[in-house]
Amino acid sequence: MNLTKNIANTLAKYRTIHSSLLGSCFKIVEILSFSPTPWAGEKILSTNSDHHPLFGQCEKTRNGLLLFKSNSHKCGKAVQNQNIKTSTHENKIFKIGLVGNPNSGKTTLFNRLTGSNQYVGNWPGVTVEKKEGFLKNHGLAASIIDLPGIYSLSPYSPEEVLTREFIANDPPDLIINIIDSANIERNLYLTTQLMELDCNVILAVNMTDILEKKGKVIDYNRLEKRLGIPVVPISASKNNGLDKLIYRSSDILTNKTIDLRQKNKIFCPNIEFIINKISDIIEAESNIINKRFYAVKIFEDDFIATCKFNFSAQTKEKLQKLKKQIPTDNVFDREIIIADQRYKYICKICKESIKEQPGQKKKSMSNKIDLIATGKFTSLPLFIILMFIIFYITFGPVGNYLKCIAENIINLYIGAKIENILIFSGASDWSKSLIMDAVIRGVGSVISFLPQVLILYGLLSFLEDSGYMARAAFVMDKLLKKLGLSGKSFIPLLMGFGCSVPAVLGSRIIENKKDRFMTIFLIPFMSCSAKTPIYLLFASSFFPYHQTIVIFGIYALGVLMAVFTAYIFKGSLFKGENSTFIMEMPEYKFPSAKNLWLHIWQKTKNFIANAGTVILGATIVIWFLESFDKNFSFVSDSSKSILAFVGNLVSPIFTVCGFGDWRAVMALFTGFIAKESIVSSMTLLYKSDNAKHLSDILTNSFSAYAALAYMVFVLLCTPCIAALSAIYKEFGSIKLTVFSIIYQLFVAFLFSAITFQLGTLIGSVIFK
Amino acid sequence: MKKLSNILPGESGIVIKLGEPGKLRRKIIDMGITPGTKITVLSVAPLGDPMKINIRGYELSIRKSECREILIGEEKEAITSNNELN
Repeated sequence: MNLTKNIANTLAKYRTIHSSLLGSCFKIVEILSFSPTPWAGEKILSTNSDHHPLFGQCEKTRNGLLLFKSNSHKCGKAVQNQNIKTSTHENKIFKIGLVGNPNSGKTTLFNRLTGSNQYVGNWPGVTVEKKEGFLKNHGLAASIIDLPGIYSLSPYSPEEVLTREFIANDPPDLIINIIDSANIERNLYLTTQLMELDCNVILAVNMTDILEKKGKVIDYNRLEKRLGIPVVPISASKNNGLDKLIYRSSDILTNKTIDLRQKNKIFCPNIEFIINKISDIIEAESNIINKRFYAVKIFEDDFIATCKFNFSAQTKEKLQKLKKQIPTDNVFDREIIIADQRYKYICKICKESIKEQPGQKKKSMSNKIDLIATGKFTSLPLFIILMFIIFYITFGPVGNYLKCIAENIINLYIGAKIENILIFSGASDWSKSLIMDAVIRGVGSVISFLPQVLILYGLLSFLEDSGYMARAAFVMDKLLKKLGLSGKSFIPLLMGFGCSVPAVLGSRIIENKKDRFMTIFLIPFMSCSAKTPIYLLFASSFFPYHQTIVIFGIYALGVLMAVFTAYIFKGSLFKGENSTFIMEMPEYKFPSAKNLWLHIWQKTKNFIANAGTVILGATIVIWFLESFDKNFSFVSDSSKSILAFVGNLVSPIFTVCGFGDWRAVMALFTGFIAKESIVSSMTLLYKSDNAKHLSDILTNSFSAYAALAYMVFVLLCTPCIAALSAIYKEFGSIKLTVFSIIYQLFVAFLFSAITFQLGTLIGSVIFK
Repeated sequence: MKKLSNILPGESGIVIKLGEPGKLRRKIIDMGITPGTKITVLSVAPLGDPMKINIRGYELSIRKSECREILIGEEKEAITSNNELN
């Protein structure tokens, strides 16, 4: 309490930090909440901007306190410490960027260094936004920035632009270039480009254990000598070599290591000569940093780099003349010459510093698995079997058993106990109804799905970590290309049959923005598992002899709608560059238990937080509308409730679909909270005692065509609120989210009406 | 000289020439496909597209439409670099 008051008092007095604060040092005295957590007594150095790279928004108070906020809420305060000398490096917070190819282990290293728990997957492109953390346990004050993986500094996707702009415009104090040693040639290609920047680079050679298994040995001293930058072998997943990496990094940061990089030896002498000349011209014309980097880019005719400069016509001509001095032909133009020279340089270095041990070469495990996983006749059956196993475990006996346990715990154990307490304490009818119907049965029914969601999520994470997802994308690419998507869209769409929420979040693995948005737009048409009870109820009541075919037809209609929607929107709403499918196939590996646990634990936290906030709130609202009349007095007959009143206003619209009954329409509305609640709402609203009774009531109040129309509406209509919030989060656009809601409602209504009208028409012709 | 898209699984060859400059070619170059490099076609996806190739010791999936930009030949056909630069 005291602390909050204190902060409130200080906040009232603060003013924005001034540039005069540059170089002054603060000591953290109190921490309120912070992630990653700095510790009390730690020194921080304010910067010349309002925005500190690590602490976010900084504000100085009049009495010498420094307040820092993260994402608009205050996190802690620091006090100015006069005793600390500020000009030495010891008190500075260094900025270290992690740069490397996709899937080279950057995020694993980031988690090791900062102690945070970022998502890791065996799939190129898992990190799509930059993340910051504070170096832990190494005695060096540094913030670590995990950047999206790039293959080169000539980027294509928005995530790659982010990395390039970050290192070219806002250079960190040090770049840790992490490379996958099993794939060293292509990884060093980026290294040769990073070495051109005016920034310290240290090379962390990762996955050295895998390389040794392949019978190859790297002479690190030689590699270091030839490259001229420090080289440290590490194994991020096994936590080997990180101490040495940080030790050598701090040597560089405190200027104890002299930069020996052999910038001028990558290209052949006459190209080096031209590049130095271009570099001189750039120096004369502008004060830009990374001159050599831009000189090479200008030599290559890189469009983005050339646009950065405002050269006069005279200079442009001079540059052209210089470039023309290097002869080109129809195979080797300037762009290819540069890439070719880089690769020749790398090949030479690798030949000198990598020794292959004879006799140990054998066909790798990955190749053997791939013979089946991507084989002509085996890949599709294997895929179908894998998916069957996943869905069988999730929705079959195992999942249902766990769901029953969860339901029993909630209803019999927790529910019954609370009901006893309520009766014992003599609570009023309405408060009993609120807690039992809304909180326990409403939220409880959602929580009871948690085991199944976790199983599905865990199994899909297992596949993702193993490297199989890249193969599934490879196998399915051709089909999805026809819909304007790429193979990478396949996995999230498939996950949609389980639950839209993880599916929508899973779509982040698609790098191309157009593809990602289109995929998210289509996911709701993949009928989620929560809708199955509704189909089962109607199919068993109305079509007891054709249950399977009816439910199968419903699922098929959903897939067809997705295909149809993709065709409509591929040229209009989701325009953009056509995606390429040049994708690295990672080697298979056995998923680590720790990483799997991380995935599942994060999912559990999110799920429970969601159930406790959004779903609880919405359930209480529905319960309220269903239990009170317009005069806000508690009613036991729901036909007098507010919900019935509203329902009677809306329901006539649905007469055209065959179900104009307010109870049926309002049950649909409760589906927004969670689809499974449609069934429980119907039980409640139709005042039925059990499932048999309910299906008797339904067959009396619905025609068979109306029942079909109802199922079609449930299939196509807007997903539940949890899925909608995930969709909104990923789109980042209220407009697009609203459009998708309207589109789904429109399509659901249209096809539901068509089903009923066409069905009735055909029925009347046949049975006449 | 053949287009990479016409190379059968199991066969390999040397990159002779790449297509017109542009984003796609830049991406191809950055993934390590440069004139003079050896490419082995490992397999073709069951539906006939994309292909899986081995280049510089790693595996890459690439669509046939993208492979058409890459011309493949035998070792003796390859000019490994511009002569005047050596």
